[in-house]
Amino acid sequence: MKSKLNVIIAVLFFVSGMLLFSSCETTGSRTGSSATDSSAATTGTARSSDEDLVEEDASRAERVAAMNAFINEDVLFDYDKATLKPEAQEILRSKADWLIKNADASIVIEGHCDERGSTEYNLALGDRRAQSVRMFLMDLGVPRSRMSKISYGEEMPVDRRHNEAAWAKNRRAHFNLE
Amino acid sequence: MTIKKTCITLITVFYFLILLPTVSAAAHDYIDITNPFLKKMPIAIPKFAEMSGAKEEKEIAEQCTKLLANTLEFTCYFKILDPASFLEDPRETGIGASNINFSNWRTVGAELLITGGIQIDGDSFLAEMRLFDTFITKRLVGKKYRGNVTDLRTIILRFSSEIIKALTGSRGIFGSKIAFVSTGSGNKEIFVCDFDGYAPSQLTFDSNIALSPAWSSDSSWIAYTSYKKGKPDLYLQHLKDDRLSIVDREGINITPAWQPDKFALAATLSFTGDPEIYMLTGTGKIIKRLTNTWGIDVSPTFSPDGKKMAFVSKRSGTPQIYVMEIASGKVNRLTFEGDYNTTPSWSPSGNKIAFSSIVNGQFNINMIDNTGGNSIQLTEDAGDNESPTWSPDGSLIAFSSTREGTNRIYIMTAYGTDQRRLLMLPGEQSNPKWSLRADRN
Repeated sequence: MKSKLNVIIAVLFFVSGMLLFSSCETTGSRTGSSATDSSAATTGTARSSDEDLVEEDASRAERVAAMNAFINEDVLFDYDKATLKPEAQEILRSKADWLIKNADASIVIEGHCDERGSTEYNLALGDRRAQSVRMFLMDLGVPRSRMSKISYGEEMPVDRRHNEAAWAKNRRAHFNLE
Repeated sequence: MTIKKTCITLITVFYFLILLPTVSAAAHDYIDITNPFLKKMPIAIPKFAEMSGAKEEKEIAEQCTKLLANTLEFTCYFKILDPASFLEDPRETGIGASNINFSNWRTVGAELLITGGIQIDGDSFLAEMRLFDTFITKRLVGKKYRGNVTDLRTIILRFSSEIIKALTGSRGIFGSKIAFVSTGSGNKEIFVCDFDGYAPSQLTFDSNIALSPAWSSDSSWIAYTSYKKGKPDLYLQHLKDDRLSIVDREGINITPAWQPDKFALAATLSFTGDPEIYMLTGTGKIIKRLTNTWGIDVSPTFSPDGKKMAFVSKRSGTPQIYVMEIASGKVNRLTFEGDYNTTPSWSPSGNKIAFSSIVNGQFNINMIDNTGGNSIQLTEDAGDNESPTWSPDGSLIAFSSTREGTNRIYIMTAYGTDQRRLLMLPGEQSNPKWSLRADRN
């Protein structure tokens, strides 16, 4: 939970940074450094006009929402499957849009499984799930170099209960910013 | 196979002096290892004699008889008789063949008898132990060991090995170890304990996720997967010195299995985008790619001669066990029943493969001929039972089970009998792997 919160905070800074410094954007800049720069500068710029501030807030809120959606929306899979269901493809199309708009962002695709099955097989299944997602996003134009993958197999469930509702949530690809 | 007529040569190992010559066992069927657990051999182990009368001898003598009884009982070959029924006490009548009235032991049902005596002088410890056949009234094994009091366990295990060797022709399992995964520290770490669960100790301190330990056949290396660097990498670690190799290619680097008698191992890597099994050197360099089918290929296990490998593949749509001939690359499907068969383990005798199978939502341990066929289920109605691993002599199988709620390590015979818990530790235990070497002590 704590790490997720950190990511969200970093993302907030990142977005506001991009908003305010779009003219001097540097391709190599990473979330951490731009966060510090922009937070220091925000105060001065934002006070210049009340009108701008309102617009910026609205725009920022939108961007934050898009970012949150990107991170918080998992892609779900069927039992013992790594194929992408239509609803998963829908989610991935919006993720691809976001990734193309935010060309600085590099992501980690995590592949996860439910607790059923062997630990070893599930590590491979999680890898295949992350791979399916990455291939799909590559087909939509996201460069492979911006997407790394990690399989956690059944080691990191989001829901620790032992029932179908929990398993359905745990069979997922999760997204993090690198 | 029946008992091997053995000519036991005298070996001096470490500081043990073997003083008594051993009478060669008569040609006699003791333990039929083709079906050894059908009838357990009734054995009497009366309390060991205190030979010098030093006051600490009584307690040590009791420890010796208890450990010997527990060790022999662990093999499941024996029925340990209740000492309360005994008609004779070797502590009073003597522990040598001439002092024993064998009919007294036959009367209480003992087919085998062990007598022993110990002597303690300061730190030095002397144990004299004999195994008798009460029907042919002959000594089968006679040994004298000298060591330190702290060597008590080693000495008893060594004598137990002699007993098993005399009765089955094989040296047994008393020098072997079991590696496993435990969550007691708050993370999954690799642990190691003796064959009987004694002296568990933590091997890895990665504070992350460590999985799938695998022993090299000389037991000097352990390979395992760890997320120490943030992703599943393969660690090849020497147990005595700090030699370490890491296979950290992109994707997963998992499920190691050492090739018998070689400094090489098979493991699943997915750097090409697809999980395939590769043969690696003991330092982690790729020798060759073994599987070439799209989809999951994991969990290799070698035949004892190292020429074949069983593994799990999803090539037919569901996880099933396949066998590959390494030289030709020829692959045969082994399992056809059920739609989820994983974690194969090839028996040391070479003719069986144990694996876990999901039927009706529950994992159970099954065993099948290495050529397919004769599939039998060894566990039933007792939670999830996974990850079978054979004892080095092929008589026992260790596995993990949730039968008591928490996942723990259990042991059974290769026939599915005598199922019991191996050890109690904080957290959950899983993924046991038995070392291949039996003769280390």
